[in-house]
Amino acid sequence: MDYTAGMPVDPRVLEAVMPYFSQKYGNPFSLHSWGNEVRRAMEEARTKIVAFAGAKKNEEIFFTSGGTESNNLAIKGVAYRNKDKGNHVVASAIEHMSVMNPCKALLKEGFSVDFVPVDKYGVVDIQSLEKAITDKTILVSVMYANGEIGTIQPIKEIGEIVHRKGALLHVDAVAAAGQVPINVENENIDLMSISSNDMYGLRGAGALYVKTGTRIQPIIQGGGQERGLRSGTENIPAIVGMGKAAEIAKTEMKTEGERLSKLRDRLIKGALESAPSTFLNGHPTQRLPNNANVRFSYIEGESLILSLDMLGVACSSGSACTSKTLEPSHVLLATGLRHEEAHGSLLFTLGRQNTEEDVDYVVNALPDIVKRLRAISPLTPKELLS
Amino acid sequence: MYTEKVMDHFRNPRNMGEIPNADGVGTVGNPVCGDLMTIYIKVKDDRIEDIKFKTFGCGAAIATSSMITELARGKTFEEALKISRGDVADNLGGLPPIKMHCSNLAADGLHAAIQDYLKKKEAKK
Repeated sequence: MDYTAGMPVDPRVLEAVMPYFSQKYGNPFSLHSWGNEVRRAMEEARTKIVAFAGAKKNEEIFFTSGGTESNNLAIKGVAYRNKDKGNHVVASAIEHMSVMNPCKALLKEGFSVDFVPVDKYGVVDIQSLEKAITDKTILVSVMYANGEIGTIQPIKEIGEIVHRKGALLHVDAVAAAGQVPINVENENIDLMSISSNDMYGLRGAGALYVKTGTRIQPIIQGGGQERGLRSGTENIPAIVGMGKAAEIAKTEMKTEGERLSKLRDRLIKGALESAPSTFLNGHPTQRLPNNANVRFSYIEGESLILSLDMLGVACSSGSACTSKTLEPSHVLLATGLRHEEAHGSLLFTLGRQNTEEDVDYVVNALPDIVKRLRAISPLTPKELLS
Repeated sequence: MYTEKVMDHFRNPRNMGEIPNADGVGTVGNPVCGDLMTIYIKVKDDRIEDIKFKTFGCGAAIATSSMITELARGKTFEEALKISRGDVADNLGGLPPIKMHCSNLAADGLHAAIQDYLKKKEAKK
């Protein structure tokens, strides 16, 4: 139940991409028929992404190596290209590291960046956002939904504000794409990042939607692929697979979303009832159908993960001990949690292969795990130990 | 990520619990940082007769606490104070570099418990 960390490739995607490894291996730039065949496949994939995102035409979709590159390209590419208009960028405090760190890199290059706070559910504070945007602001970056706490942002409303103030809106939709319907036109989105593997496609492909007329410059220079915005020979199997994955997601999102929402609610309810002093992270209703994030007081997330792993369950945590930096998740801290509260978080992200039995298995296992770890912890109040 | 030895001590921690009326108690770490360790010792003839721990933290924190109690039990103060930060990790078959501070914490916790005992003893004089 750790789909956000890595998703299996959908068998239908795998079938669609197989010919593009050793049979149809032409370079889409070549003029001969082998190249043409591959170029057509790439453009078909692009058309599927257009339909998936609600874009207008193929020229608005640029393939990249994944979500991280799409976010880097959007932030840096727009900032560099629009320097003449202003030097200010605004982002939410709970953005993914692939947005946070390019923003911080811009700081060193003479740009100023404001990170806008969120409420206790992780929803961006609209008034702070509006106040943060000045006449120097060129770009605002707010994620569609947060992959860790699942909270979905009011993107359409945010887009209206951003446009009224004359800035561009970039949306990191990596966690949301394929989970909830998104329409870039209706929701006032100028740039949007999506990733292939987060929709059951192959790793190594992503896309950036760039609305026609948006000024952006490349951050990777070379042979001029992707109409000059992203050089480097295209990763055709991953791109073809991403098209297929987007097509499948578009067709099945509604039924699968309803199924997952039920599982999610069952898991959240069961986890909250598994032990006292247990709380939900993220928004109770405005949340991704696949996301359940709960925190247990007095114990630490990595211990929970190891305990569940021993029972054959994979999940994640926002605990410091599970990160590379030994800092708890900036997302949980931004929602107002104290460090010691954030440490006890446990994140489940559900997917196509999860069943009600899986959820019940976890829910049944949790009480003993929490009880055991609380017995070991010196922080647990005596009354919880009986 | 962890050795089988670490996982064994995480699954079946040795000497977990509190010692009521312990002769020495050492608490190190900070819940803010994600680990807090308390070591309790019972002393007889300058020897650690009994030792127990309670730990809030990751798998490595729990395993190193468990290991330090095994290493220190029955030892004289002189011997126990020689148990180094590295010894705990070595006896667990190694720890990932980022978790080495847990090994340090366990050794520090033991030393703090001994210091606590010595301080109390000094105060009684």
